[in-house]
Amino acid sequence: MTMTNVHTNIAADAHPVEMLLNMGPQHPSTHGVFRLVLWIDGEKIVRAEPHIGYLHRGSEKLCEGEQYHQVITLFDRLDYVANFNNEWAYCRAVEKLMGLTVPERAEYARVILGELNRVASHLLYVGTMGLDAGAMTPTMFCFRGRERIQALFEAVSGARMMHNYFRIGGLKEDLPENFVQMVKDLMPLLRQDVEESDKILTFNEIFLARLKDVGAISPQEAISYGFTGPCLRGCGVDYDVRKAHPYSVYDRFTFEVPLGLDGDCWDRHWVRVQEMYQSLNIVEQALQQMPQGPVTSSLGRRLLRPPKGEVYVRGENPRGELGVYLISDGTDKPYRVKVRPPSFCNLSAIQHLLQNAWIADSVIILGSLDIVLGEVDR
Amino acid sequence: MGITDLLIILLSLAALFAGLTVAVLGLIWLERKVLGRLQQRLGPTRAGPMGLFQPLADALKLILKEDIVPSSAEKAVFWIAPVIVVLSAFVVWVTIPASHTLVVENLDLGLFYIIAVSVIGIMGLVMAGWGSANKYGTLGSLRAAAQLISYEIPVIMVVVAVAMLAQSMDLRVIVERQGSYPFVLLQPLGLVIFFIAGLAEVGRTPFDIYHAESEVVGGPFVEYSGAHWSVFFLAEYINTFAIAALTTLLFLGGWAGPLLPPIVWFLLKTLAVVLVVFWVRGTFPRLRIDQLMAFAWKALVPLSFYAVISTAIYQFYGWPAWSLSLMSLAGLLAVGYLVYQRMTGPARRVAQVRARQQAAMQSRRSGISGGPVAPPAAQTPSAPGQS
Repeated sequence: MTMTNVHTNIAADAHPVEMLLNMGPQHPSTHGVFRLVLWIDGEKIVRAEPHIGYLHRGSEKLCEGEQYHQVITLFDRLDYVANFNNEWAYCRAVEKLMGLTVPERAEYARVILGELNRVASHLLYVGTMGLDAGAMTPTMFCFRGRERIQALFEAVSGARMMHNYFRIGGLKEDLPENFVQMVKDLMPLLRQDVEESDKILTFNEIFLARLKDVGAISPQEAISYGFTGPCLRGCGVDYDVRKAHPYSVYDRFTFEVPLGLDGDCWDRHWVRVQEMYQSLNIVEQALQQMPQGPVTSSLGRRLLRPPKGEVYVRGENPRGELGVYLISDGTDKPYRVKVRPPSFCNLSAIQHLLQNAWIADSVIILGSLDIVLGEVDR
Repeated sequence: MGITDLLIILLSLAALFAGLTVAVLGLIWLERKVLGRLQQRLGPTRAGPMGLFQPLADALKLILKEDIVPSSAEKAVFWIAPVIVVLSAFVVWVTIPASHTLVVENLDLGLFYIIAVSVIGIMGLVMAGWGSANKYGTLGSLRAAAQLISYEIPVIMVVVAVAMLAQSMDLRVIVERQGSYPFVLLQPLGLVIFFIAGLAEVGRTPFDIYHAESEVVGGPFVEYSGAHWSVFFLAEYINTFAIAALTTLLFLGGWAGPLLPPIVWFLLKTLAVVLVVFWVRGTFPRLRIDQLMAFAWKALVPLSFYAVISTAIYQFYGWPAWSLSLMSLAGLLAVGYLVYQRMTGPARRVAQVRARQQAAMQSRRSGISGGPVAPPAAQTPSAPGQS
């Protein structure tokens, strides 16, 4: 065989200088079972193809076979590091459909738990971002903080992760007697954890070199890809569901929406770190304002049969805007539940972002989008 | 050479191997403890007092594990690669003196020998990556080749500067010449370059690119398991120990020191350097491959040339010793200033972000929509439950 023949044979498959590299679904830094097929030229990525669906469990279809209260457990398992926020969005959808009023105390409890869950989720992000960038110490700091929050959640709901604590119209049961004191004791520790992980990582020279100007996306592109949450705010777009479409009691708190400037990985990281401080502020305010009283509405415990109709509700999850589109046909089970997952929409830009990136950057970019595969695949 | 000479050489080699193995086990324990303490953990506690036997248990486990050879691997290359890596790491130690008398075979050109032999290890890494027929392995081994060859140059240049200062390449002579003051006072820039390039040479943390866990999943070692993998591990720690020992010998005055016996001083100084290596590992993320290469060629190589030239000027004109210290410090400060400039750049950027955020908040309060999405005007608190 002559040299020319060899080359044409290879060229039939791919460009001769390209190598096909299969990353995942079993790769330490694809954050779950996510698969990336990379065509690489040396250390540069020529083309990237994401493959999802390895964690598809048919959650949306399963919802149609469960009674309204049973669906809450399925929402727990979508974004499995921000369980309270997921339950919250679903409960709000049904409440809106039925016109239920949630007791004040329950609303404040939801805000406190939801914001603490945001801190826990962002802490996990900061830790894994450190690991992706090659630093192992922040991970330990972050997991320590997250563990403290989860211990509190366990005291409240009995479970560290799959809480199943929110109910349509309120909560499963009242908060523990010493809840306020527990959270108050937790706050300085959490602040310290967030500060420690912030100090060791955010302005580290090498970390900045790895993240700054990597995976940048313009505000227009970000909006067209459907970015929400910290990924969108990293581009400087001022959109936070808690501010833009205030729900629950969020309009009673003062908090800022941190915005990035360049839309690169570091801005996304910085926005998340700042959000943790803001969330802790919200929790402190909520603790002061939280009234006594019932935590369940009168309708909450019955077998629910919401009226016919459809409803769309959005909530600010740690990863972005979680939308729940719910159709009721008047029976005890929802006719259709459609989830608008923030991770999935944020992930849709991965092909665009990985164009001409370094192999090492692919890990950083994927990490900065902060996906949870349970939510991407559903 | 008689049979007794041969026996003595074999015995001393065996003693060296035993000593190095013990040192490596100690280093593994120390690293796990130090990293644990840095990360608010305890590190190993179960096996033996303070977890001292943990490395032994790990080694035993690794040796007893099944040694898997991938079916598509190039068997011979796959098998021989770890041997080459560990041999090159081991052979370096033959001529590293731990005190004036405690050395297997002192060579007149000891430094030259060390530099020459340590490069062979790169070949073992490339063979490991290629032989395991794994794309991550290939990527990792090519990274290793590029990285290690680039960082050889600053190491060699700094070693040349030290050899010029001592007027010898014999490590014993180099230590003796530091009798009055260690070379770190004469050539602090050299120590910094040597330490950084040494970290890159052994692939430790800011430069652990060729076996990056989160990118190439272990690089050349990805297909290795059991005893073969443990051999790579052994080589990595022997190399770390060697770099620390060389830093001690070349810059920190070797075994010189008051009161304590020389060997204790040598071990103490080496241990201090090793602790800095572990500290760096517990603190920093890793660089990207292009940044790593740029750092070698744009920063370390010119700086190491500066170190050589300043040393040459000092030697040629016979200036007083403090002049070289000043020249070296000037180089160090210039680089420090540049690094400081780069480090404050992002902080300025954050100030920009904050100013912009403040402006957006201001305009929001005054009713002018700032961003693309204008939130609704402030209203009275809504009744809870209405979303």
